Amino acid sequence: MKSIREAFAPGRKALITFITGGDPDIETTEKLVLAMAEEGADIVEIGIPFSDPIAEGPVIQDADERALASGTTLDSLLALAARLREKTDIPLLFMTYLNPVYKYGIAAFTARCEQAGIGGLIIPDMPYEEAGEFLSRRASDKVALISMVTPTSARRAAEIASKAEGFLYCVSSLGVTGVRTTLGSEIGEVIGQVKAGSDIPCAVGFGVSTPEQAVAMGAISDGVIIGSAIVRIVAQHGQQSEAPVRDFVRGVRAALDA
Amino acid sequence: MKDRFGPYGGRFIPETLMSAVLELEQAYAHYKEDPAFNAELTELLTNYAGRPSSLYYAEKMTRDLGGARIWLKREDLNHTGSHKINNVLGQVLLAKKMGKTRVIAETGAGQHGVATATAAALMDMECEVFMGKEDTERQALNVFRMELLGSKVNAVTSGTMTLKDAVNAAMREWVSRIDDTHYVLGSVMGPHPFPTIVRDFQAIIGREIKAQMLAQAGKLPDIVAACVGGGSNAMGTFFDFIEDTSVRLIGCEAAGEGADTPRTAATIATGSEGVFHGMKSLFCQDEQGQIAPVYSISAGLDYPGIGPEHAYLHSIGRAEYVPVTDEESVVAFEYLSRTEGIIPAVESAHAVAYVMKIAPALPADTDVVITLSGRGDKDVAQIARYRGITLEE
Repeated sequence: MKSIREAFAPGRKALITFITGGDPDIETTEKLVLAMAEEGADIVEIGIPFSDPIAEGPVIQDADERALASGTTLDSLLALAARLREKTDIPLLFMTYLNPVYKYGIAAFTARCEQAGIGGLIIPDMPYEEAGEFLSRRASDKVALISMVTPTSARRAAEIASKAEGFLYCVSSLGVTGVRTTLGSEIGEVIGQVKAGSDIPCAVGFGVSTPEQAVAMGAISDGVIIGSAIVRIVAQHGQQSEAPVRDFVRGVRAALDA
Repeated sequence: MKDRFGPYGGRFIPETLMSAVLELEQAYAHYKEDPAFNAELTELLTNYAGRPSSLYYAEKMTRDLGGARIWLKREDLNHTGSHKINNVLGQVLLAKKMGKTRVIAETGAGQHGVATATAAALMDMECEVFMGKEDTERQALNVFRMELLGSKVNAVTSGTMTLKDAVNAAMREWVSRIDDTHYVLGSVMGPHPFPTIVRDFQAIIGREIKAQMLAQAGKLPDIVAACVGGGSNAMGTFFDFIEDTSVRLIGCEAAGEGADTPRTAATIATGSEGVFHGMKSLFCQDEQGQIAPVYSISAGLDYPGIGPEHAYLHSIGRAEYVPVTDEESVVAFEYLSRTEGIIPAVESAHAVAYVMKIAPALPADTDVVITLSGRGDKDVAQIARYRGITLEE
């Protein structure tokens, strides 16, 4: 398995894609992760569905509802990750709200993540200041805690970057996840501050949904994260999502490489 | 400023909001010590909201129940009809000082939404309220009331379409627009510093109770009781008595159809530790850590969590928390109306119901104060429906 660092190869913008695990079912998620990896995704984030995803826009909220309705659990996603680990060597991450992890037990969950070959966790409702308990109970530092910075992080960005593991998730703009028609470049300034004192790879997410936006955000960072645009395809095509998701990821990869 | 109550509290929020809550903490630390701010707030509480609210000796109820002496702290007599105005005047004034021009709020029963809309009208702030669609239907009158006051009301159609979803929607809105917007959280919950700010602004309830009891009865109460959803009126009632260990503090939770049924919102009785809505506290959740859909007849108590300071008071045994069902609270709603001529909010009726249960067995020199957090006009139509009566306009 590649490390997160290795997924950010020199001379290539990393493409990180997101889908909600278990939407519409685990089998489809398995096919989609492998398809995205084959089409050039460097890292895949699997969202653990949550009843109340406060950082998500309507597209991922609905995906979470579908995934929960299909009976998705942390254990079924850990088993999925272990199967995927046999079939692809790209880093796999979980994106999860803190409560399901807390309920499972931070030590137990991170131990299971390590066994399943999960390279990192993104926990959008656990800011830097609240990471202490998680870090002290984490069973293995092979499961990286991915930190986030946003246009409002200001002075805190450098401090967050200094403790960051894997890569830094740079939120493009204010607001929840979801497709945006226009994307400002205010996060570029924050990335500039980060880069002045750290060599952590920076990837931009939230609202990146077209090849053009990926290129624009890639120009100010080391990679891009695309979520809602792919989840929207899954919402439309359900179990038949593989072909359109392949087309989409291939298109973004080509634009980033052009 | 302390950001935890024992192990509970903290600020478990998206990074985007961190700057806003840090700014709020700093501003609050400054203004709470500022004599001019406090003078302005006192003026508003006195001449606009009508404080102090009275402490009324419920003589007929006392005689009828035949045990403890019962007192009612009349937060229902405040402007806008509930205790919510105490917190809202404080927060909107604070937001104004911080240079914000817009406020947003969640609301369950509509009491906090109405109070926020009122303060926004008074202080020239733009206001948007988020309310679960189911609650906009249960509390249609309050929706129109907020609109009359110049606020926009957004019916939230995600999730269970009740209070928790209204909080989700307000948080999502705040993440999208933090420069000019303050989120007026309505209860002692959410990320630090909200549980502290809301408690401080509500603590006037307990301070007044203490002074009024000393003046009217010459002693401290033996028991103070209040309903608990997120827990703002209860925390406001309890806070000044925490050090007075002779005073029993009782929080009355909404058990819905019963704390032993799935149709309940009794967090202390049925919940477990978790992290949600910005705080570590106790929550109704399943074994997967998914937040449970909760139920209560009372939209204001229909919430799957409880404020972190309550979780702490519970954990150290300083306060007791008891479940009260829909049926018990409706009986209390009817009883207080008939006996004292006071129609309480169905939320407050939960506290009345529990005291009705324990008062007869208590000695006659026991003084029990019930905080009537709000008035019940908003609930009349729903209680009629509960009793199978169809009202026509």
